Amino acid sequence: MAMIATVGLHFDSHFFWTSLLHPSSAFLQGLWATVYLSVVAQFLATVLGLVIALARRSKLSPVRALAWGYTWIMRGTPLLVQLALVYFGLAAAGIYRFSNLTVGPVTIPGEVQAAIFTFTLNEAAYMGEIIRAALGAVDPGQLEAAMSTGMTPARAMQLVVVPQAVRFVIPPLGNDFNAMMKNTSLASIIGVQELFLVSEQVSSVTFNTFEIYLVASLYYLALTTVWSVIQAVIERRIDRKWGIERTRWRRSASWSRRWSVIDAGLGT
Amino acid sequence: MSAPGALTASSAGVRADALSEIGGGTSQDMAVSAVDVHKRFGRVEVLKGVSVDVARGEVVVLIGPSGSGKTTLLRCINHFETVDQGRIYVDGRLIGYRTDGRGRLVEERAKAIALQRAEIGFVFQHFNLYPNKSVLENVTLGPRKVRKMSRDEADEVGRTLLTRVGLDAKVDAYPVQLSGGQKQRVAIARALAMQPKLILFDEPTSALDPEMIGEVLEVMRDLASEGMTMVVVSHEMGFAREVADRVVMMDDGMIVEHGRPAELFDRPGHERTRAFLAKIL
Repeated sequence: MAMIATVGLHFDSHFFWTSLLHPSSAFLQGLWATVYLSVVAQFLATVLGLVIALARRSKLSPVRALAWGYTWIMRGTPLLVQLALVYFGLAAAGIYRFSNLTVGPVTIPGEVQAAIFTFTLNEAAYMGEIIRAALGAVDPGQLEAAMSTGMTPARAMQLVVVPQAVRFVIPPLGNDFNAMMKNTSLASIIGVQELFLVSEQVSSVTFNTFEIYLVASLYYLALTTVWSVIQAVIERRIDRKWGIERTRWRRSASWSRRWSVIDAGLGT
Repeated sequence: MSAPGALTASSAGVRADALSEIGGGTSQDMAVSAVDVHKRFGRVEVLKGVSVDVARGEVVVLIGPSGSGKTTLLRCINHFETVDQGRIYVDGRLIGYRTDGRGRLVEERAKAIALQRAEIGFVFQHFNLYPNKSVLENVTLGPRKVRKMSRDEADEVGRTLLTRVGLDAKVDAYPVQLSGGQKQRVAIARALAMQPKLILFDEPTSALDPEMIGEVLEVMRDLASEGMTMVVVSHEMGFAREVADRVVMMDDGMIVEHGRPAELFDRPGHERTRAFLAKIL
């Protein structure tokens, strides 16, 4: 065993490298749980967030008030507390107990359902604000232009405004998804076998606490890095759809002129 | 969104469609017939009883100082603004409102208003092209989604119109790649694609650099010579003189005077018209 043994300092580098490069199946399942929990919750939260954003802009004040209240509460309480409240609290009060659900070949554990439920509701409040801001960022003349061709406001929103809002949603959404992937570690508190809980369990068995948490950190870092790359690709694709191309970063280029209009090459 | 106030059929003791005769000529003959239109924003009364008729094929240019209500009047014609009192008819049909069971005026449903707007083209001062769609897509979106045309049909209509405004080379370009004058010409093509009976222009050249004003005015001149009914809010007096059938001078929410361009520009009857023209010309 290769160990660095100095006064009080020990690091099991064999364990570290093995865990990092040849993770156990439990560890990989934890990694997978982290990924699918994030993706599912973020997706559902975005859909719900759109509903909330539209509700915030509604003509009817009770609808607006409801959406505001929802946002206030979900953003005003910690995610950790929400998880405990939903999973432990509701069961203890006899209101609802999350139990395993079998759909075809797959069994979804109760705590995973509770986690998806809570993450979705929590994130939807943030997505609601993001989408609301994105809708507001779209030039108000766009709605009128679409209506001038005979579209109802609803149709104009659907065909013209919302697609344009997508451009303003992606950066903050990407930011939130990054946070979501890391927040899944909070689900450990209700027993979801995600990356952090698995690491915690390995730590208590092997006592290689530092090594295993370091490995977990690196895996989280890998996940968030992969996402940053994906996000950048998406942003570039959308810009191209608007006729804008990001120029390569040149040392001499002024930082304020990082993008330019794609030369249509069609002359004047 | 309140219904137009006092001037209802019952209060005036007059049949609803007879009211239009106050303006002279029945609303049926006119492309646009505005009858005693009042509009207020908060406490500011922007239109103080405006009545005007626009005949089919006529080109009317609205001039006047800022705040005179000319843009508001234009926007009332396609119900971008509600009307507090009075009525507006386009092609004989009341715009934006209908009579309910008891003969009072209530605002029309969104779908009905949308259908009315489909017959009225609108060209904006700041173009308002859809930035995430190509030029052709900008022009064909209306026909495809509102008139339910097939993509091929709509594309053909679109290409024809873009050729007509001189932009056939730019069909696949994006708005961000175009100059102001090009954008406005696309906007005009987009309005034409819906085959409207009337086109409203809200200061179409005010946001353009001088060298591009001409190309847009040329398209508008061609449209006029082809018999399109046009109501134009503009400061381009040269255009008004050459192309307009009638120039309407507005100030402080009311029509000051109107007449053929030559008469109005050379022999303005009203003091305020004279003062305004002195500043502009």
